[in-house]
Parts: sequence; structure tokens; C-alpha cells
Amino acid sequence: MKQFSIPAVLAVTLFILMGMSLGEGINLYWQDVIMFMGINIILSASLNLVNGYMGEFSCGHAGFMAVGAYVSSLSSVALFTRSSLFGAPILSAGWAVPLFPLCLLAGMAAAAISGLLVAIPSFKTRGDYLAIITIAASFIIKSSIENIKPIGGARGFMGMGQVSAAMSETADLPWMMFWIFLGTVFTIWILRRFVSSTYGKGILAISQDEIAAEIMSVNTNKMKIVAFMLSSGLAGLAGGLYAHKLGYVNPGSFTILKSTECLVMVYLGGMGSLSGAVLSAVVYTLMLEILRFVIPWINDLLHWAQLIPAEYQVTQIWKWVLIPLLLVLLMQFRPEGIMGRHELDDYFPWIKKFYRFK
Amino acid sequence: MALLEIKEMNHAFGGIQAVDHFNLRLKGGELNGLIGPNGAGKTTIFNLVSGFYQPTSGQIFFRNTNTAGLKPHRITGLGLARTFQNIRIWPEMTVLDNIRVAHHHSLGYGFLDCIFRTPTFLRREREVTTAAYEILESLNLKDYAQELPKNLPYGLRRIVEIARALATRPALLMLDEPAAGLTSADLQGLIDMIRMIHQTFQITIWMIEHQMQVVMDLCQYIQCIDFGVTIAEGTPDHIQNNPAVIKAYLGDDTFQCC
Amino acid sequence: MFDGIIQNIFNALQWGSFYSLIALGYCLVYGVLLLINFAHGDVFMVGAYLAFFLATFFLGAGSLPHWLILVLIVPLTMILTSLVGVTLERVAYRPLRRKGANKLYVVITALMCGLILEHTNLAILGAGRRSFPTLVDQATINLAGLSVTHLKIAVIIVAILVFILLELVISKTKIGMAMRAISYDRFAIPLMGIPPENIIVFTFVLGSGLAGLAGLLFAMSYPVLDPYMGAMIGWKAFIAAVVGGIGEIRGALVGGFLLGFVEIMAVAFFPSTFRDLIAFTILLLILWKKPTGLFGVSRYQKI
Repeated sequence: MKQFSIPAVLAVTLFILMGMSLGEGINLYWQDVIMFMGINIILSASLNLVNGYMGEFSCGHAGFMAVGAYVSSLSSVALFTRSSLFGAPILSAGWAVPLFPLCLLAGMAAAAISGLLVAIPSFKTRGDYLAIITIAASFIIKSSIENIKPIGGARGFMGMGQVSAAMSETADLPWMMFWIFLGTVFTIWILRRFVSSTYGKGILAISQDEIAAEIMSVNTNKMKIVAFMLSSGLAGLAGGLYAHKLGYVNPGSFTILKSTECLVMVYLGGMGSLSGAVLSAVVYTLMLEILRFVIPWINDLLHWAQLIPAEYQVTQIWKWVLIPLLLVLLMQFRPEGIMGRHELDDYFPWIKKFYRFK
Repeated sequence: MALLEIKEMNHAFGGIQAVDHFNLRLKGGELNGLIGPNGAGKTTIFNLVSGFYQPTSGQIFFRNTNTAGLKPHRITGLGLARTFQNIRIWPEMTVLDNIRVAHHHSLGYGFLDCIFRTPTFLRREREVTTAAYEILESLNLKDYAQELPKNLPYGLRRIVEIARALATRPALLMLDEPAAGLTSADLQGLIDMIRMIHQTFQITIWMIEHQMQVVMDLCQYIQCIDFGVTIAEGTPDHIQNNPAVIKAYLGDDTFQCC
Repeated sequence: MFDGIIQNIFNALQWGSFYSLIALGYCLVYGVLLLINFAHGDVFMVGAYLAFFLATFFLGAGSLPHWLILVLIVPLTMILTSLVGVTLERVAYRPLRRKGANKLYVVITALMCGLILEHTNLAILGAGRRSFPTLVDQATINLAGLSVTHLKIAVIIVAILVFILLELVISKTKIGMAMRAISYDRFAIPLMGIPPENIIVFTFVLGSGLAGLAGLLFAMSYPVLDPYMGAMIGWKAFIAAVVGGIGEIRGALVGGFLLGFVEIMAVAFFPSTFRDLIAFTILLLILWKKPTGLFGVSRYQKI
């Protein structure tokens, strides 16, 4: 059985995705779904590092996403576009493609630093108190952004559509699809390498017995900082990609509801399982799309069966009843998620024959 | 230069004096025991020396370094390892990983090496794995390398914990009730193993233990604690016949002992 | 100048009374179950809406005098809100407790139940805001130089009375003692012949009832209702409880007034959009530096 190398498979996938997006082989709707899937994978996998692997309880992932979104947006808009805030573009459009990753990196760095807001308290606090600190931190970030009027305050910030336009001047390709794909692969790559090393396993040791880890030479405070910063940095990457895909960003996207979505994905996929986190992100994104069709269908059904009054319409708001409900059910019946602590190749060992993950 | 020097160490929890003027001096090479009834303060002493608590007063010097204010992992880095009364191995990591992670402070590579799989990283991971296997081999645990400790019997888990402590390359190994919960069949094996670690690996051992069979067989020098106070110390023979020790364990009225 | 401060203190007491009432509910549940019931703020919201529907019903049902309607809906709101709280406990928290699930799972569940309550309200009743009918004389009276309303005074008095009542229950009654005992050792309780589930239900009845009362008073004081009203107030009340030391009802009372005071002062000096930000920053700092709050007691972990 021939072993395909992962990079080759990925390159081929990317080529197919780009080609089909370009030629409208995949319609715009499905392109969106695929892109959101990528962003969700980044969110899910990065939160899984802290909540699943390290056994902590971070409920404020949306806050770090917001930091990454804003910092990368502000830098890309300042560099490549004409805007009311910054004036003329600092660099010509030709630089947009090669330097865009730097903007994302800036967002990641800022998000990683904001991760310290919860990393440092985590030295002394655990469990529900740390959960509250993460929610408070996320709220503080969102509220602070809302109070910064120059970048749009509560109304938000836009201009990233121009950044995509600048990139298209180099070559007319679906750039955001490209960047999101790269970002997703990067996230999985970095996380996989981290957790499979003895260094990364220190985090696992902390989650299973922190006191033992401390006495067995693991510098627990430092490892917590590493884990939180890596996790929030990657959330910042997701935020940057999200903002540029939409073309605008506003603080209202980064509330407890967004953090809840991240929690659902982690606990759906399995604590401490990277493949579980990826799988659940995919499943969750699809589930949301399915709901988009199912809810009107249920509405029609209920009206036809005369179970609800004619003036009442079942709207998409019910989505936000169902998603928390899903998490409640997960907590009740399967908190380990689909995968538990195992990876995909624990359940399907024959997969190992097809690839070698270095 | 003494390996471990504890001078007039006191520790109080609120109004309770848990440790009262404790003293100990280990040159290196000893096999010492710490005994006393339950609640006497023995584990507290271990917690103080390993860095989990800071003593209310007194000083602890390990390898000439004052351990005041040092976090436990720093003290481990100096060459001190300990095991716990209720075994604290990582249940969901393989035995091999348990041993490998104990090398954390001597990994010699950083986050970036880890991500980019630099030659330093690859070499050190290989070396750590080899070292881990050597330790497993020396304690006859090699066959269990890929097992999860939660699936292993109690006696084996004890040995894994000791193996893990050895992985930190300690000069001083502190064992907190290593014989607790072991069957009489396992007991002799444990005694032999501790003796082997002491003599072959040349590691100083200090242990808390209740089982007199183990203490009297192995220890060269024993301290007995009651209510935080050192009530007797000396060779096994001396301790065995010491009235204060007998009173602490059995009380004033003698009764039939098992 | 002096008058201004007194007026502000009075406003802070009134505003903080709501926080105190809700914080007391958090404290009771935490004291007994060591659980932070994040759905509590939304139970408060449900209480406000229940009061709204009850008031509207009675107003439409005939020409009952307003004072009578008030007398009717106070106990009714409290009872119905207690039912909501107890149902939550039965359906969502108890099964997890039975399984011995990690406390973290229960906390997420509580958080989610809160979201479910908010969005079910939003989905069923729509985004339109409801206006609570006037039942009480809203006239401002001048009392010793302060401008107050009957309602504002009533709210403060209610908060203090409730606190005194709770203190009495917890320290003087058998069930109060059992509540304190459970927080120390849940497993020893049944061995002493006390059914723990009854105590837990009682705690939720009490806590949710208080939230319902707070909801009614709030709806009367600030008559605009919306589904998200419980979320932020719930968080503030929680912050108040933590400031005072969660689990200590004295702390909840003091914490509530303190937070009310801080917010009134903050709005005096900063733009009002900073108000929530300041409250949460305080929370973060306190949890970081003194997680047990002003009055709380830390619990030891045996190594």
C-alpha cells in the first residue's frame, strides 16, 4: 500500500479547492461554508489545547479572536488600502499577497499577549473560578474595543474588502480561500507537533496531576503560559481570517455566544483529541447549515399540523436555543465527545497505512 | 558539603504546630527513615522540603542552596525527587511517557525546536526515550512501557512512580510510604528494589514508612515524630526499644498487636 | 455638594439592592452545592416576565385595586419563579450530580441553561420590549433633602429584610444548619439522617424565589423588559457575590451595595459605556488577587 505524503495530499486538495472556486465549480454558498469550516477548525483545535488537553476551562475564546481580528485588520487596511482612518495605503497593492501573512501574524501576536490575561491568573486558580476569569477577560476585551471610537467602536470596522481587492490585483484568485486553507493546515501542523513532543506532553501531565507535574520537574507556570498563548494566538489567527473573509468586523460578533460555539465544538469532538476537534468543527459547521434549511421546514410542518398559531413564525433564533441545548446534552451524556481522548487512528488503525504524519 | 540540611524547621497551619523544631543532616549515601503515628507531620515535612509549603521558620539547604521561595520544580532540578503517599502517576499517559515527561527540565530544547523538528529536538527526544527505557529496564518494567497506568495493578503503579522519580536523576530520593497497600508478596520485592536503588544507583534515600518490617530492614538511621516533635532518633535497634516510640504508637495501655 | 453625595449613596443603595437580592441567591446555591448557578440571572429575568404577565392578567381581569394586585403577584411571582429554578435543578443539575460528574460540566450546563432561557424567550415572545404596567405611585417625594420614591425606599428595605430573614434561617433553624453542613461534606449528611436532596431543593426554592422577587421589584422600578435583561444583571450580581466572598450571605449583601456604589461613582466620572467594563475589571482583579473575596474562606487542598 503506497504511503502518500501529507504535503502532497494537501497541495492537491488546495489546488482542487482553488480551481473549483475560481471556475465556480463550487458555488459561492459552498465556498463560504468551506471557509467557515476552516475557521471553525482553527477555533476548535486551538481551544481544545487548553480545555481538552490541559483540562482547564476557558470560556472566553471569542475575546482572543476579537483581538486577532482587529489587529490584523487594522494593519492590513493601513498597509494596503486607502481608508478614512489611515489615509493612503503605505505600500502598493503588489505587496498585499506576500505581506498579508505578516498582518495575520501581528494579529496572532497581539492575541497571544492578551492570552496572558488568563494565563497568569491560572497559576493560582483553577476550575470554575478560572472559567469566570476567562469570561470576564473576554468581556473586558469586547467592551474595550467598543469604547475605542477611532476604530469604529460598537459599530465596527471595515475596509478589509479592499485588502482582498488589492490581493486580486496580483492575480485573480480566491485569496481568502487560499489563506484560510493555509491557516487551517498551519494550525493543525503546529498543534500536532507540539502535543506529540515530550515538551508538549508536560501540558497533559499538568491536566492529569498538576502537583505531580510540578515535582517531576515540569515548570507548570511556564507551560501554562505556553499553552494559553499558543491557544489564544491561534484564535487570533482565526479572527484575522474571519475578519478578512467578511470584509468587516464588529465587536458584536465576539460575545459569549461565539465562545459557546467554540465550547460546543471542543466538547463535541472530544477532549484532548486533535482529530476529534477537527471532525467536530466540520460537523458543527454543516449542522448550522442544515439548520438553516430545517428550521423553515419545521415551521411549515408545524403550521400545516396547526400546532402553532398562524401569526407565529419559527425563526433562526431557535438556533440559539438548540446550540446551548446540544452542549447541555453533551455534558449529560457524553462529555468526552465523539472521540474521547483518542485520535482518529486509535479507532481506525488502517488509516495509518495511508499516511505518515511527521 | 552536606546534601540536605534542615535547621530548626517549624511549620504552623493557623493555630496548629504541625512541625516543631525539626533537624536533619544528610551527608549523602544514607538510607534514612521517618516514622511516627498518623497525622504526626511526616508528609508535611516532605512537603516543606520539596517546596510545596514554605516553613514558618527555620531553614532548608539542599546541595548548599537555600530552598526558601523556590518552586518545587526548581528544587527537583537541583536533584531532589519524591513520591507520594497516594500514588500520583499520570493515569492516562503511557508508562513510557510518564518516565519521559519526568525529563522535562533537562529536555534541552524549546518551543521553536519542537515545532520545526530541529536536529537538536530529534536528538534529544531520542536520548530521552533511550534513557527512559533504561530506567524501565532496570526496574523490570520494560514490558509495560506502552501500558496505561490506570490498567496496571497497584503494586506495579507504585514501581512506576518510583521509576518516574528516578528519571529526574535525583541525588536524594524521598519516598512517602512506598509500601502502603502492597501485599506481603510485593513487599520483599520493594525492599530489594529500594536497596538496589540505594547501592547500585548510589542515591541517598529518605523514606516515610509505617511498615516496621521495611523500616527496620532497610534504614540505617530513623527519626520518630509525634505531633510534629522529634521524640526519638537513632539506629533501628535503638528505636525499636525506645519507650517514647512505643508509647507514641501504642499508647500507655499495651494491647495485643497483630 | 454634601447633598449630592448622600443622594448618590441612596441611589447606590437602591441600585445595589437588586444586586444583593440576586447575589444572595448565588450565595445560597454556592454555599450548599459549591456550584455557581450561572442561570440565576436569567431566572431573575423569567421572574420579571412572570410578574409582567401576572400583572397584565390581573389588570385585565376586572377592576381590582392596584394594591391588591400587588399583594397577589408578589407571592405568585416568587412561587412560579421558584418552580422554574427547581425544574432547572431537577432536569439539568441533579442528573450530573448523581453521576458524580466533574463540577465543571455542571457550570457549563448552568451557563447554557441561562442562554436557553434567554433565547427561548426571544424566540417565543419576540424582540419587542414589554412595558411593565404601573401599579405603584411613582411620585417623587422629598425626604430630608433627598429625592426618592416609595418604591426606591421599599427596594432597599426589602433587601435588608430578606438578608435578616436569611441570616435567621441559616443560623437558627435546623434546615439552615443542614445547609451549612452540606457544603462541608455532602456525603456525611445522609449518614446523619438528613435527606440532602430536600435541602438542595429548599435552597433552590429560596434562591429562585428571591430572584423572582428581585425581578418583580426591578420590573416595577425600571419598567422596560427585554430577554437579555437578566444576563448582565446576573453577572453583576455574581461579581457582587464574589466581591463579598461567595458562599457568605453577609458578603452578598455588602458586595451588592458596594458594587452599586462603585457603578454609580464610575458613571459620575467616566462615560457610561465604561460602567460594565469597570465592573468586570474589578471582578478580574479580585479573582486574581483574592479569589475568596472580602469575606470568603479558602478551602485547603491536601497534597
